[in-house]
Amino acid sequence: MSAPTTTPRSVASPLRTTPLALLGAGRAHTLMYRNFLSARTHPMVFFGGFFEPVLYLFSLGVGLGALAPDIALGDGTTVSYVQFVAPAMLASSAMNGAVTEATFNIFFKLKFGKLYDAMLATPMTPMDVAVGEIGWSQARGAAYSAGFLVIMLAMGLTSGWTWPLALLATALIGLAFGAVGMAATTFMTSWKDFDLVQLVILPMFLFSGTLYPLSVYPGWLQVVARLSPLYHGTVLVRGLVLGQVTWSMLGNVAVLVVMAAVGLVVARRRLSTLLLT
Amino acid sequence: MAPPAVVARGLTKRFGDLTAVDGIDVTVAAGETFAFLGANGAGKTSAMRMIATVSPVTDGELSVLGLDPHHDGQVIRSRLGVVPQEDNLDLELTVRENLLVYGLYHGLPRTVIAHRIDDLLAFAQLEDKADAEVDALSGGMKRRLTIARALINEPDLVILDEPTTGLDPQARHVLWDRLHELRSRGVTLLLTTHYMDEAEQLADRLVVMDHGRIIAEGSPTDLIVEHVTREVLEVRFGTARQAESSDRLVALDLPEVESVEQLAERAIVYTRDAEATLDALGDHGLVPRGHLTRRATLEDVFLRLTGRQLVD
Repeated sequence: MSAPTTTPRSVASPLRTTPLALLGAGRAHTLMYRNFLSARTHPMVFFGGFFEPVLYLFSLGVGLGALAPDIALGDGTTVSYVQFVAPAMLASSAMNGAVTEATFNIFFKLKFGKLYDAMLATPMTPMDVAVGEIGWSQARGAAYSAGFLVIMLAMGLTSGWTWPLALLATALIGLAFGAVGMAATTFMTSWKDFDLVQLVILPMFLFSGTLYPLSVYPGWLQVVARLSPLYHGTVLVRGLVLGQVTWSMLGNVAVLVVMAAVGLVVARRRLSTLLLT
Repeated sequence: MAPPAVVARGLTKRFGDLTAVDGIDVTVAAGETFAFLGANGAGKTSAMRMIATVSPVTDGELSVLGLDPHHDGQVIRSRLGVVPQEDNLDLELTVRENLLVYGLYHGLPRTVIAHRIDDLLAFAQLEDKADAEVDALSGGMKRRLTIARALINEPDLVILDEPTTGLDPQARHVLWDRLHELRSRGVTLLLTTHYMDEAEQLADRLVVMDHGRIIAEGSPTDLIVEHVTREVLEVRFGTARQAESSDRLVALDLPEVESVEQLAERAIVYTRDAEATLDALGDHGLVPRGHLTRRATLEDVFLRLTGRQLVD
């Protein structure tokens, strides 16, 4: 005896050979679509992340910049302070958008909404969940970045022709921070643990060559600052926005790629450990 | 004949030192409604989670829909409907969107999903609420939506973990009605419950679990016949006289009485004829202060098998 079916059964859809399917995350896009539906009905959540870097740009860049001297770049050319700060704000906003999404929102879904339990009862895999969430947090970061880049263009804060590539750089920053943020979230047990996130994010924002060049520090402190992933993101975005592209930027890209990969693998493992017990 | 929906042999689940499921043997035929009965912590949910392929098997053998959960988990899940103990609906989405995204998680094409959503909304009696936020639904509505969601992939096996816990009587009856309908369509239902009336209402067959083991198995009627009598007489003699009076009752050793369970405030007499037993008690000068004659239920079976100690 079997169930009479009214429509042809569609079993697990055949694997499509997309890069995501090869990762074991062929359905990650359905989770991103779910997040899109949710965001559509709760749009206010989005605005904060957009305005934050804009406020910083106007207070630090334009305001403080009026008192600050021009800043010499690596090749000897000088740029105005606001030109120096704006790309860093772009990089930071990509980081903030991704981290917010990957920590607060994912923690809620994991602990209270039991959303992932519901997903894993279907053919969705932990990899689908990890890739879908990280992809979404990255997309959110990219949306903020695009908006901010438009403001920079309008204010004439870009030079050269490589600035559109900065969008790719911010996507990479979002991916790296989203992945590590999600991995970190799977270890959190209560909302208090989010103070730790701020404890990491704030110093990173302040000391990653965002508000002044690292050259103001003594050598050893410069080495410490280079450990900050946001430093690598900032260097990358600044170079692209100001048309100063160097080979060493490949190193910056590598740091962020490694970070994204490690975060993704850890997040996937931890989801299995937490949910498939 | 389709293969059995579930075959478990020596199925075991351990969490560290704790053995949640202790070597159970279960076979659920296709099309059957099968219940796991047990107190909290008896191992029902752990067994269900293994069958739903979201919990690795520690030991023993398990096949679900003829497939191996370890290797074919994804295929099995595409043919399962799962209704968890606590609703885990997506509270940020509407009723319709909940069904839509669940269909997408299953990898179904949108046209198929759209068609099924209308049917499922009707099935769950939620047509008026299609575009409402899930948060605003009543407990019974949420439960029905969770069941509708579990049916989006037209599953061969539906797993329901305590489907009516926490619902009011009306909502429970509506839900039973829906489950009966699924049953008559030939869907295999696997449910856990600690409501005996629910198991009696719904299950073709059931197992009683206690401390991770199966301690009884059969149809509700078989279990009643096997473990208790058809009728039950409950008698109360008042707190002061209860102990002494029920001792005398036992001493009478009436022919139609099978056994007597002596409790602090009442005695439960398992008898072939409750009225005759009551009359006989009167004849021997044992007139209870209050009495109740009733049909034996699964609850009697359950309490006899697992005892009356509170399980925490």
